[in-house]
Amino acid sequence: MAGGAVSGGSVASDTYKQVRHWLLMPSWLVLGLFVFAPVCVMVIYSFLTKEFRGGVIWEPTLAAYDQFFFDRGLFGDSDPVLQWTYIEIFWRSIWQAGLATFLSLVIGFPTAYFIATRPEKTRALWVFLVTIPYWVNLLIRTVSMKFLLRDEGPMNDALLSIGLIGEPLQIVNTNLAVQLGLFYSYLPFMVLPIYASVERYNFAMSEAAADLYATKWTTLRRIVLPAVKPGVIAGCVLVFVPSLGAFLAPDLLGGAKNFMIGSLIEDQFKGNAGNWPFGAAASMILLSMVLVVLILFARQQRRAEAAT
Amino acid sequence: MSAKTDVRTYAGFRAMTILCLIILYAPLVVVTIYSFNASRSLTVWEGLSLRWYVDVFVGPESAKFQQAAINSFSIAIIAATVATAVVTAAATAIVRGGKFRLRTPSFGLITLPIMVPEIVLAVSTLIFFNSIGFTRGYMTILVAHIAFCIPFAYLPIQARMQGIEDTYEHAAMDLYATKAQAFRRVLLPLMMPGIISGFLLAFIVSLDDFIITNFVKGAGIETLPTAIFGSVKQGLKPNIMAISTMLLGLSVVMVTISYFASKWDNTK
Repeated sequence: MAGGAVSGGSVASDTYKQVRHWLLMPSWLVLGLFVFAPVCVMVIYSFLTKEFRGGVIWEPTLAAYDQFFFDRGLFGDSDPVLQWTYIEIFWRSIWQAGLATFLSLVIGFPTAYFIATRPEKTRALWVFLVTIPYWVNLLIRTVSMKFLLRDEGPMNDALLSIGLIGEPLQIVNTNLAVQLGLFYSYLPFMVLPIYASVERYNFAMSEAAADLYATKWTTLRRIVLPAVKPGVIAGCVLVFVPSLGAFLAPDLLGGAKNFMIGSLIEDQFKGNAGNWPFGAAASMILLSMVLVVLILFARQQRRAEAAT
Repeated sequence: MSAKTDVRTYAGFRAMTILCLIILYAPLVVVTIYSFNASRSLTVWEGLSLRWYVDVFVGPESAKFQQAAINSFSIAIIAATVATAVVTAAATAIVRGGKFRLRTPSFGLITLPIMVPEIVLAVSTLIFFNSIGFTRGYMTILVAHIAFCIPFAYLPIQARMQGIEDTYEHAAMDLYATKAQAFRRVLLPLMMPGIISGFLLAFIVSLDDFIITNFVKGAGIETLPTAIFGSVKQGLKPNIMAISTMLLGLSVVMVTISYFASKWDNTK
């Protein structure tokens, strides 16, 4: 992915070879100092001792990770027992993000396919229509979703008035609301890469399959899907990764019972928990999960590229 | 070809696409409509009115929102400007600097802020500022915004530069223009659509950010998203619908401009 974007350029030029290091200096400085260094400091913090209500004491310890996985009793001197509170929050996050990804795939695949088979002139417009909502403030989109789904909101009003339901559906503050919120937040990310794959797909293969008496659905499953798999996987990664660490959807739509990783981390710094090393450790675990997904993804994409 | 014999089309895919667009737009449309509701209640419709828009500008919370808007817009303008300048230089080195060892690591560093989950970026920035003893406030928000805007500004600018053949600059230099002149008078004007597009995307990303801002802002300073979030936590109110609709409209306008800027071909 990253390598392809650099080397894929059609124009190779070395006009500004002599000054290239000077040209790169500002971005190294800004990103090195304010992104790379902070992530390193966060790693260190996750191994420090917590200070009461925020901050740290510079004393190395594994307490944060220990607290994440084990329960050592009230005074911290009993035998360690695996404790599920935080593991469950992570597991719930994976589950919620997974369901949101699945939902996006179910809606996003047909959409991407449909757009890619439009006449060339109108395609860009369809893509543009799908991308606009992504650029609208995520907070506003989440608030809008909450407004729409509320017990006495417009959706329930509409369903009640046409007599489809007898009493309002209670969606807000459930797991379903979080899934819908995540799905809504990142749906465009599913459509775009699948669209790009289907656009490159050679439809002569579908015709060949039809000539050999394959039904349309067989063709879709056995011919089209394998051919556009890299796009489908890219879409899933692009929805799953941000969903996993999401804060706004679980916080605004899920309520207190539907905590996800993002809320757990936020609570350590902005909320009542105030345990910075623990928050740093939870962030580290989230970051590692994301890195694993991204590495697997990069390997898969490279294999797919090599195969074609 | 009829739909029955066309191997490309599938029954139901058009309906799914329409469903997808309805899902994407319904919440935004509903909020826009209700922002013009005359009623104090969110549920009852009492006719069209600009009451809540007036309330945003002169109502009891107007001072808070005004200050938040000033912070948001000034941060977005400065952050997007700095980020665009920084990445234009970086893109020149990566696209026009030949092959070198630091090329791929530089690209990796530039795209790092979109690889790391936003909440992790927020945590690490907060911890970093805290450990070097920086007081949280306007400056910490600004610096954090410059850093995470960089990939968004970079990608359209790199894409544009890759699409411009270097023959234009070589022609200029054959006519005794210096490299600096070739850059300023030839490459930079050709780059303009990409630069505008990158600037606008960085601007929107900065204006929209909630998570990182919420972490690195000190007490007493608010941007529009943090002010809106604070308000929503107390319960949905009609004036929030009005602010949301205005921001929503602004985003749509900016993205539309960015879209047409990136399509604009000025190399002919």
